[in-house]
Parts: sequence; C-alpha cells; structure tokens
Amino acid sequence: MGGRVTAQRSDRSGTADPPHDGPLLRVEGLVVDLPRPDGAGDTLRVVDGVSFDVPAGTTVGLIGESGSGKTMTALSVIGLLPEHATTGGELVWRGASLLRPDTDWRRVRGHQISMIFQDPLAALNPSITIGRQVGEILRRAGRPRAEVRHAVIDLLDRAGVPDPERRMNSYPHEFSGGLRQRAMIALALAGSPSLLLADEPTTALDVTVQARILRLLRSIQREQGLAMLLVTHDLRVVAHVADEVVVMYAGRVAERGPAGAVLRRPAHPYTRALAASVPAVRTKTALPDPLPGSPATPANRPSGCSFHPRCPLARDRCRTEVPQAREVAPGRWSACHFAEEVFTP
Amino acid sequence: MSEMLEVSDLRVTFGGRGGLVAVDGVSLRVAPEETLAVVGESGSGKTTVARCVVGLQRPDSGTVTFEGRTLGPAGRRPPESQRAIQMVFQDPRSSLNPRMPVSDLIGEAWRTHPVTAPPGDRTEALHRLLADVGLDADVAGRRAGDLSGGQCQRVSIARALAVGPRLLVCDEAVSALDVSVQAQILRLLVDLRRSHRLALLFITHDLGVVHQIADRVAVMRRGAVVEEGPAGEVLGAPRHEYTQALLDAALDIGVEA
Repeated sequence: MGGRVTAQRSDRSGTADPPHDGPLLRVEGLVVDLPRPDGAGDTLRVVDGVSFDVPAGTTVGLIGESGSGKTMTALSVIGLLPEHATTGGELVWRGASLLRPDTDWRRVRGHQISMIFQDPLAALNPSITIGRQVGEILRRAGRPRAEVRHAVIDLLDRAGVPDPERRMNSYPHEFSGGLRQRAMIALALAGSPSLLLADEPTTALDVTVQARILRLLRSIQREQGLAMLLVTHDLRVVAHVADEVVVMYAGRVAERGPAGAVLRRPAHPYTRALAASVPAVRTKTALPDPLPGSPATPANRPSGCSFHPRCPLARDRCRTEVPQAREVAPGRWSACHFAEEVFTP
Repeated sequence: MSEMLEVSDLRVTFGGRGGLVAVDGVSLRVAPEETLAVVGESGSGKTTVARCVVGLQRPDSGTVTFEGRTLGPAGRRPPESQRAIQMVFQDPRSSLNPRMPVSDLIGEAWRTHPVTAPPGDRTEALHRLLADVGLDADVAGRRAGDLSGGQCQRVSIARALAVGPRLLVCDEAVSALDVSVQAQILRLLVDLRRSHRLALLFITHDLGVVHQIADRVAVMRRGAVVEEGPAGEVLGAPRHEYTQALLDAALDIGVEA
C-alpha cells in the first residue's frame, strides 16, 4: 500500500503527529469505575491506578487473569468502555489527553488506534463481504474510490489471506477461524493506525494457527513501525511477541519491565507463580506448587496488597498497606513490599 | 488382558453418508491406573473419541471395550460399567446446574448409582468427598453459580468421584480456567489418580500439560492417530512430522521470537 492514509475528509487538519515528547501512549494512574452489576448504589473500581507507557513501534504485553482489569484498560484507550463507566487519571496520546470530554473518538478510533478482538465473528459484519468491510474504512479515510479495490487486495494480502482477489468476495462465515482473524487484522490496518490494541487475538485459535498469526502480527508491527498493546492471559504469547510487559492483578499493576527479563527473573511473587505454572513442552518438568485460591476480583478485593491471601511471602504489612510500584532495578517496577526477596538482579 | 479400556477401529461420521468423517479408524488402549493424553487441534476428533468412550456418541463402527466387556451407548450400558467411567467437561459452568446447591449435585450422582451412596448420614461422606478435591465443607450449601471457575471444576471432579469411577475421561478439563487455577486442578488430578487409583483419558489441545500428567500420549489429526507412545519419547523425539509441527508451534516461555 502506498503512502499513509489520513482522515483528511473528516478533518482538514489531518492526523499528522502534533509535535510531542515522550511515548506514543502514556497511561498515568488510570482509574475505571463501573456500576456494580448487582445494582447496589456504589461503583466497582475495576482499574485502580494503572501506569505504563507504550513507546512508538514497540509491543507492550498486558498480562492478567480474569478480573485483572486488562481488557478494561485496553478499552479505555480506544474509548469503548461500557456505558456509565467513569474514568480518572490520564491517558496521554501523542502528547494530548484522550480523557477530555471533547475527544473526537471518530477521528482516533480505527485511524490512529485500532483494535482486534478474540472473536472475529463478533466483530465482523456477517452480512457484508470481507472486501467491502475493509473498503469501507478506506473510503471513510478519504481514499479515492478508484484505488480502494487495489488497496483492499493489498491489505488482505499483507494480512496473509491467500488469493485475496477472490477471497475479498467471501463473507465472514465462509472463512476459517484463522482466516477471520487475518481479515480482522486487515480491517484494523486499513486506517493506518499507529497503535494496534489486540485483546486475546490468538486465544481461540489452534496452536499451529496461533503461531502463524503471532508471526504475522510481529512482522507487520516491525515493518510498519506500529505500536501494539497485546492483552492476554498467556505468558507464552507475551514471551514471543512483547518488548515490555505489564502484569496486572485485581485492577492494579503488579509488575512491569522488559518482557524477557520479567518472565525469566520476576520481581513479584505473582509473576513468579504465573511463570512457574507454564509448563515446558519438550522436557519433563515437575508440577509446580500451585497458588492457592482464585484470582481476586474488584468486587472482592482483599485489603492491603490484593495478592496477599495467595502469596507465599505475605506478612502483616501486606495485609494493611497497598504496595506502590517502585523501581527495583533500571526499568524494572514492582508493586511488592518484599520484591527484593523474589528478584535477583 | 491387562488393558482396562480398549477402543478399536472407531469410526464416526457426522451428517449421514458422505458427511464429515470425524473419527476415522481410531484404536487406543488404557491400562489400569495409567494416564493416556490425547492431543490434537480442533477438528482432530479427540472429543468425539472421548464421547464414544463415555457413551454419549454412538460410533458408526468399531468397539469400546471396558474391562473385557463391549459397551454400547450410555443408556444401554450396565450400571456398573456406566459408573466406572466418568467424565469431566471443559466448562464446569455449563455442566453444573448453577442454581443447585453442591450437596444436591453430589446427591444426584448417588441417586443415579445407589450402590455408591453412603449408608446412613451422607453429610460426613459429602464433606470427605469435598475435602478430597480441596474444598471446604461449607461449599456443600452453596450454589454452583456462586462458586469460582476453579471451585466449580473441583465440584465436577467430586461429582465424578462420588460414584467410585475407575476411569476418568477429562475433556479439556483445565482449558477454560485461569492460568494460576489450571496448575491447581492439574495437581489435584495427579494426586487423585494416585489416591483413588484412577486411570485417566486426558483430552487436550495443550502439549504443555502432557508431560506433567500423562504416561503415554496419542497425537490425533483429522480423525486419525498419527503417533502414539510414551510421553517422553513422543515429545522428546517425535517421529511424525505433524507432531513435530505441533511442537514447533507450541510456545515455550524461555524462547524469544
């Protein structure tokens, strides 16, 4: 595809980067409150003071189990939080706040920031051909009509859809799970975003397909200098794709740092337990001592450090005092009072 | 004969003649107290094989023989064989009635197989059963819908154990659980296998868990077993190119792209 597609038709100023210092996206003390599902008066804090950066062209893995707030964090970045959600803290996109009430999400969403989901069937329109869905984004981004067909074929081709000239006329149900995910990747790339949010993009796929999609995302990301925020529960996926990793637990960041270093030498007992529970495939490893209990949830968040009821290191301080993230080594942040007992620099 | 379960030349077609061949001549054996993992991707036929073993699916041809007796579909099995083979499903939330208290869920299993029902007061037996799967006694009075995913899966395992099975068929029994909870359930299955002298037919898409739980592994693709053998040999030195491809695709945490 030649040149960058910008949203010039809807906005004369275009989407050219305003000059700014710092990362492409800065998440700073992000807070998300949702109404309680049971209708009780107060709200649930599902994201509680989350901070991390996504520098341009890098992949950040956002790891967590159910109730960790990882998906809500990603949805807030693209303005897709559920109705009645309230936010606090700051989301700085190219130097400007995304949490202002006057943010023009139609200009951001799909053009500057795109998202792909776990279930492409739920995200693709079942009654419109793949080619038309991709073409629609290109037309809305101001691409001249005559170029759209060629650009669609090019996008599908880059997303690894075989025989794109023929397959662009297929409907989503005619595609296999892996092909649908490729079609959604083409759709997400159509607006030439600078940041791709990927929420469990390979979780529903077979292992052999999963590996191919991850390779595809990695190569697209590298070729186009795209930044990616990869939301997943799977440490193995993060180990293969991410530069940086943010480990979330019950709405808070447990630990963050370079992916390889965090997974090999964790600085939080939760990360350590997660990493130990991922079995090696080729060699026989002993079953690890599993963590007791279930992941804490925002509705049922323990006092102090949310992880303390499951933590082998927990002591009195952990039950009363919420640990703040602190830098335990250059680039390594841990929200554990006793990180030094886990972490070997 | 030393085998407990013998599946012989099983064939299953969906959609009548000319339909989809889901299982295409599969033969498997499981010895008493042995764990056989059946590994494959979606559409490999692994779940259909499991459903034939427990009698939920009738094969077009081939036989399922258990302790020397050839078994038909679930409704026509002798009660003794029926209770000896129990199944644990992937999603405990859809296999347990969410409104039913745990005590009733277990009681139902005892009513279905009265020979296994404890005589007299069942409370103590119930609490012992819950303790076996790592649940507190107070879980007995709670409804399945109020439990966490891991607790639910423990309840489904308790329900299977209640009737004293000798073979447990686990169909992706840990796949739907949180990572930190998966390790708990795997450990539980490994412990129960020893304490209750169970054989396991462990159906999974995840090569990673095979080493941790299985003695032998059968790799399935498109309805057929492409390779079978001791877990260490098959995963350490695969002979079939598809097993090799699966291993290459499986991600290890220590490796970087």
